[in-house]
Amino acid sequence: MAAVHFHNVTLGYDRHPAVHHLNGEVAPGALVAVIGPNGAGKSTLLRGIVGILRPLDGSIHLGGLDSRDIAYLPQSADIDRSFPISVFDFVGTGLWRATGLFGGIGKAAREKILRTIASVGLNGFENRTIGTLSGGQRQRVLFARVLLQDARLIVLDEPFNAIDSKTTADLLALVKHWHSEGRTVLAALHDMEMVRTHFAETLVLARGPVAWGPTAEVLTPENLLVAMRMCEAFDDSAAACAADDARSRAA
Amino acid sequence: MVYDALIGPFTEFEFMRRALAAVIALSLAGAPIGVFLMLRRMSLVGDAMAHAILPGAAVGFLLSGLNLFAMTAGGLIAGFAVAILAGVVARSTGLKEDASLATFYLASLALGVTIVSIKGTNIDLLHVLFGNILAMDDQTLLVVAFNATVTLLVLAVIYRPLVIESVDPLFLRTVSRAGGPAHLAFLALVVINLVNGFQALGTLLAVGLMILPAGIARFWSRDLTVMICIAVVAAAVSGYAGLVLSFQTRVPSGPAIILVATVFYIVSVLFGRVGGIVRQLFPGRHLEA
Repeated sequence: MAAVHFHNVTLGYDRHPAVHHLNGEVAPGALVAVIGPNGAGKSTLLRGIVGILRPLDGSIHLGGLDSRDIAYLPQSADIDRSFPISVFDFVGTGLWRATGLFGGIGKAAREKILRTIASVGLNGFENRTIGTLSGGQRQRVLFARVLLQDARLIVLDEPFNAIDSKTTADLLALVKHWHSEGRTVLAALHDMEMVRTHFAETLVLARGPVAWGPTAEVLTPENLLVAMRMCEAFDDSAAACAADDARSRAA
Repeated sequence: MVYDALIGPFTEFEFMRRALAAVIALSLAGAPIGVFLMLRRMSLVGDAMAHAILPGAAVGFLLSGLNLFAMTAGGLIAGFAVAILAGVVARSTGLKEDASLATFYLASLALGVTIVSIKGTNIDLLHVLFGNILAMDDQTLLVVAFNATVTLLVLAVIYRPLVIESVDPLFLRTVSRAGGPAHLAFLALVVINLVNGFQALGTLLAVGLMILPAGIARFWSRDLTVMICIAVVAAAVSGYAGLVLSFQTRVPSGPAIILVATVFYIVSVLFGRVGGIVRQLFPGRHLEA
């Protein structure tokens, strides 16, 4: 059974599609890069997968996984950095699966959180509030939380944006470690060289799917050109989707 | 002399003891709610909600005169209705919650003033607008204490999702559906505490004992738990000092309490350890790391 199955899915905002008629599936244990220009629908697709955004049409099936089997790393901008929460407490939220609403965090859990923080190179940062961290440190904190979630499906939204090469290398090693453990990983990325070198499978997205398959076959100049030429297609006076009309007529 | 000024009023007069008990209950429950209002950038939402409870209280007043039970029940119903309607409209339409609330509270306030003007006198209107903590009877005090207890219990239940929703709402939505209910429960707690404050401080100042202590706490700590503790202490001390000030100078009790809190706030803005003006002007020598 596929880890993620897209069935003619359209995702968007206020009836305007940001991902349009996507079909396909992600195999369990796959390491998939989702690439495309800004506005291509990468983040929207990932939000659809983790259940934050409901499809406008079609469906996404998660091969028997429930929400607790999914770890999502949002873009850094989605986090309120002014909120006075410590690194320890923030990373500790990754234990939600075990603690839920009321579960306590005992000695073993505390040690696990401390070990996880240390494993991303943030030893000694436990009591710092997240607002005092640098961009790279913040990204390490987000990865620590994903580590703690211990999920079978890991969804990363532009995890290496605006961080230095050392941090990128450390965090990329974590992603590859998750892959080696048989977890399914999807990551929205912009660095083509990284995708070419480290990701076996790639989805080139430009609202609609441009190409999807083994990275070596998909990451061609032609496909990238098609994706780059994708026009922003937010039009208030647009007609209802013709493909949907055709499908309903066929039905 | 000092004893007569600071403690005497409370040993001598029962109404002062009741007022002190009420202000401590208000501080224990309202200040933590105020901290979350501030951190969620909802300070003015609290103020808007304070106006929204007016028509309910006014209907209670219309039906039973100056009966605080009836006015409390009416205020709770109106406040819940506006909070829930505004929350539901915001979440289902994408309209920002403050814009949604502004519409509902303005309609509610207009309705409330209309209802009070049908039957009320200027004195009644003053009571509704500014409250009177010194006129609190045992029953009203029990209502205030009950509301404060409910607030602390519910806050304990929703604390975890409320914190996560404040800092990283997308994460919470991926792991749990508790975010929506926690937010609505929080709005309900805001209403309960506004109605509580309404008894003592009136609709115009009810939010003061929630927001001002939170603002004070922000200047003294970066830790959420410490911030909540400071806010509670600041609210209780403001309440006590305001009561003494009111007793000694005959300034109305509600405004006296809020004025004292304002003085603490100004001192915090000037001398606070976290971002205070003096600290920024004279930060001392820079550190090694």
